[in-house]
Amino acid sequence: MGTEVFHSEVPLTVNGEPRRPTVDHRSTLLDVLREQLGLTGAKKGCDHGQCGACTVLVDGRRANSCLLLAVAHEGADITTVEGLRSADGEGRHPVQRAFLERDAFQCGYCTPGQICSAVGALAEAEAGHPSHVTEPGTAIGSPAELTRDEIRERLSGNLCRCGAYPHIVEAVEDVIR
Amino acid sequence: MKSFRYVRAHSVEEATAAHAGRPSSRYLGGGTNLVDLMKLGVESPRAVIDISALPLDSVEELRDGSVRVGATVRNSDLAAHPLVRERYPVLSQALLSGASGQLRNMATTGGNLLQRTRCPYFQDLAMPCNKRAPGSGCGARDGIHRDHAVLGHSRQCIATHPSDMAVALAALDAQVELYGARGRRTVPAAEFHRLPGERPDVDTEITHGELITGVLLPSATAGLPCAYRKARDRASYAFALASVAVVLSVEESVVREVRIAFGGLAHRPWRALRAERELLGGPPSGEAFRRAVDTELAEAEPLRDNSFKVPLARNLACDVLGRLAASPTGS
Repeated sequence: MGTEVFHSEVPLTVNGEPRRPTVDHRSTLLDVLREQLGLTGAKKGCDHGQCGACTVLVDGRRANSCLLLAVAHEGADITTVEGLRSADGEGRHPVQRAFLERDAFQCGYCTPGQICSAVGALAEAEAGHPSHVTEPGTAIGSPAELTRDEIRERLSGNLCRCGAYPHIVEAVEDVIR
Repeated sequence: MKSFRYVRAHSVEEATAAHAGRPSSRYLGGGTNLVDLMKLGVESPRAVIDISALPLDSVEELRDGSVRVGATVRNSDLAAHPLVRERYPVLSQALLSGASGQLRNMATTGGNLLQRTRCPYFQDLAMPCNKRAPGSGCGARDGIHRDHAVLGHSRQCIATHPSDMAVALAALDAQVELYGARGRRTVPAAEFHRLPGERPDVDTEITHGELITGVLLPSATAGLPCAYRKARDRASYAFALASVAVVLSVEESVVREVRIAFGGLAHRPWRALRAERELLGGPPSGEAFRRAVDTELAEAEPLRDNSFKVPLARNLACDVLGRLAASPTGS
């Protein structure tokens, strides 16, 4: 079995740039981003998909990068907190601005994951995805109305041990308005 | 984590051929459970066969009115799909009550069925566990077992199956489609998971190398009043202490159709066939619901610290039955 291959080159796009890291098959996307590509925005919290600190956008959808094998993401379009921008590409993303204005963090460790998760959640709501707290019988296909309960439910995969939740919810509300 | 070969499969045949004869191979879907178990050392595959690129990522209506869900459809997409929301809302509700937005974006239909128990003894290599290491004993029986089974457990194992989706599929009379060396076959979703008995290391009826290719939602349960309710320690993002999926059709004050499945109580989604038989053809009254559910739960054998699950499951089931009898959406 001396010919077995345990590494692969994985072409992917990260924050708009083409990259070609050679990855150990065991490496998660989180480890490749942080250790090989120098993007330390996504954080390693629990490393088991339970805290959300590692949340990034994969082809526009939020995902826990600590549970994604990098080798399985050839061709993927990855956006980390470093790659978020305003619509004109000049400044910060509206969610980033709202987090600053609302002081939606204390230590900041969970913040990149919270922000990427919020960006993903807003896109899901726009696409009409329901949540656990969406009333049965709500019109199918139209954008989901993001009440405070909806925001809290949709961001429940991101823990904040400083307990900045009230300001995080207010920040997301600001973006919707 | 141990090193492994990575294979990206492009067809079902290619995937099963790559798996054939290699007991230490694992199929990779969303990876939300497998990668976690690999980090913990519970799983150490020599080869990982990535099936996420297989053409199994669509939800389609078949000619007979049933709906076929491909095995790689992500949980979030399935929960949001108009066919599911219109005809099988209990499935959408069950999916949305599980995990987080991020995990649902990753997790697949097939992988959800094949996820392993979250029993802490199963996940900890330093502990005895007959499911992970047959013959090593069960640490949970006399240990921490508040979250464990009250129905159908054995001396060997008291683990529960963690899926919410599977509970809804059991209540909907869904079928699981499999493909393997012996060709295609289907297994009723309610019988896909096993009770532990003497072989708790075997979770399901799937045979080695078989691949889940999809799930069939039958036309018979399409559009019937149905709902899912789950009790957990937090308001969101937690596994079920107990849950229930109910399909109930009432006409002229008579129960015409009823299907009840419990989650969080057993090694598999627990179809309450006894309660269903008792309710069919009878009145949809609170009294009848209580009596039928009590009959079903009479065989519960709670452990030292989880007897609370029996009244919890009873109250959940009676609540959902009562609400569906009053209004088709159960709201």
